[in-house]
Amino acid sequence: MKILKAFAAMAALFVMAACSNTNNENANAASTTVTPGSVADFRQNVGDRVFFDTDQSTIRQDGRDVLNRQAEWLKKYTNYQITMAGHCDERGTREYNLALGERRANAAKQYLVAQGIPASRIQTISYGKERPDPVGSDEAAWARNRRAVTELQ
Amino acid sequence: MLLPRRTTLLGGAALAAGAAAPFAPAQAQLTIDMSRPTFEPVPIAVVDFSGDRVGADMANVIRNDLQNCGLFRSISPSAFVQKDINATAPPRFPEWRSIGAAGVVVGSIQSVGGGIKVDFRLWDVVVGQQATGLSFTSQQSNWRRLAHIIADAIYKRVTGEEGYFDTRIAYVGESGPGNARVKRIAVMDQDGANNRYITDGKTIAITPRFSPTLQEIVYMAYPDGRGAPRVFLQNVDSGRRELLGNFPGMSFAPRFSPDGSRVVMSIAENGQSDIYEMDVRGRGLRRLTNSPAIDTSPCYSSDGSQIVFNSDRGGAQQLYVMSASGGGERRISFGSGRYATPVWSPRGDWIAFTKISSGGFGIGVMRPDGGGERMLASGFLVEGPTWAPNGRVLAYFQGQPSSAGRAGAVTLHQVDITGRFDRQIPTPTDASDPAWSPLIPQ
Repeated sequence: MKILKAFAAMAALFVMAACSNTNNENANAASTTVTPGSVADFRQNVGDRVFFDTDQSTIRQDGRDVLNRQAEWLKKYTNYQITMAGHCDERGTREYNLALGERRANAAKQYLVAQGIPASRIQTISYGKERPDPVGSDEAAWARNRRAVTELQ
Repeated sequence: MLLPRRTTLLGGAALAAGAAAPFAPAQAQLTIDMSRPTFEPVPIAVVDFSGDRVGADMANVIRNDLQNCGLFRSISPSAFVQKDINATAPPRFPEWRSIGAAGVVVGSIQSVGGGIKVDFRLWDVVVGQQATGLSFTSQQSNWRRLAHIIADAIYKRVTGEEGYFDTRIAYVGESGPGNARVKRIAVMDQDGANNRYITDGKTIAITPRFSPTLQEIVYMAYPDGRGAPRVFLQNVDSGRRELLGNFPGMSFAPRFSPDGSRVVMSIAENGQSDIYEMDVRGRGLRRLTNSPAIDTSPCYSSDGSQIVFNSDRGGAQQLYVMSASGGGERRISFGSGRYATPVWSPRGDWIAFTKISSGGFGIGVMRPDGGGERMLASGFLVEGPTWAPNGRVLAYFQGQPSSAGRAGAVTLHQVDITGRFDRQIPTPTDASDPAWSPLIPQ
């Protein structure tokens, strides 16, 4: 019985991973294997985003774990330029959120720089509350929207 | 474009003036004291203008303007008793009193040398004489503007305040899915007519603001490709667009000075947003704040001597006023909650703002010293007040909650300074960030 449960959980993970691949050109939807060093590898195995508390730009412990992994990966795959995009939930005014998103992007950038990623590789941009992901007006959606996303070019 | 030329219609005093009927107690007056907090809408009858096919349309535009401002009640033409009203002779006042009208608007249109001449009169039904009258010559294609100018003259005669109907509103037209919204700058007449888009929607363009002196706007737009969002200046009529400063960091939250010669904005660098002033012609840049905080949403006072802005330097977002040359910063908001987007009234008497508290968002006004705070509107998300040029009416935008991945509806609203009369301004798509223009030069 226990084994069956564990198997069901793994199957669920497998399906979720496959779903998250569908946006990536290089991803093979039939399996979770992605090309090491690809954008899909970064998103899936490293994590492309960190989250913030309301009206804050301090990198939380969960964010540090993600950024540490990002720094290791980026040191290995030096061919990528990075845009750090800061975002906010909808519960602030448009202009203040542009500034807050910039502050979040800058905080994540500075963390990566402190881990040895050259500042020249990272540009920042703020989308304020203009690009929600996910679209929603509840606590769960807001928590996911207070984010800095590492975009690879 | 041949602009409307106006002459005041003198004379025309009613024959019946001396024999005005005694006021019935229930009869509404053709004046509104704007300082009185409780006034009843003035019942007004606008007769279709005679002499040209646009006459009925002009009357409709005037009726809508007056009705939508909340101070008038437009009486339906189907209720009119006197059907043979003449545009120049006095109306039969008892017949207009019998349907409760306090004022009657009549007008006639004549063809003159490739254009039209429009005469209009406002008759005071209560005292039985002409209250005001104007004559214009212009191209027929200007009939909408002429109607708004006439509505402004009626508003001014009845309230003693300048009208605001011959104006435009710039805003952000929003369309498409919630996670990839197209946001482009639109401009329309204040009543929703003549809507058009002045950015192409390829990149996000937001926060349009009108010049107080010209038909120009400033706004922020994202680049097509890498790079920081920047502030642009664009002429609404010609479409000519210029970049206002090419800074390494994001420049945003622009707003014109009252004389249109300067633009104040925020520039972000290394997580710090400060306020700068740019000279529009020479493009000289001057830094006005320097704090590790977020200083943004700056707005000049109506006399140009001060700037109000919001800052989180004290922890939460609050409103501060400083000298227009920087310095002397003092906090003016002290209520509970966060204060944002302060906008100084063109009359100088109020500062409108967005307030965020645990209960939601609100639009309010306070005196420039921070006193007299009152709220005019509230909702799940209301934001971005902008003043009509007479400082008696504001527009703002209202967002509904998103659900199941669908973006909530976003709409423009207008509300008068008492907060009594709030109405949605119709737009072809979802709409945010309204910016009211000055009166269009005649």
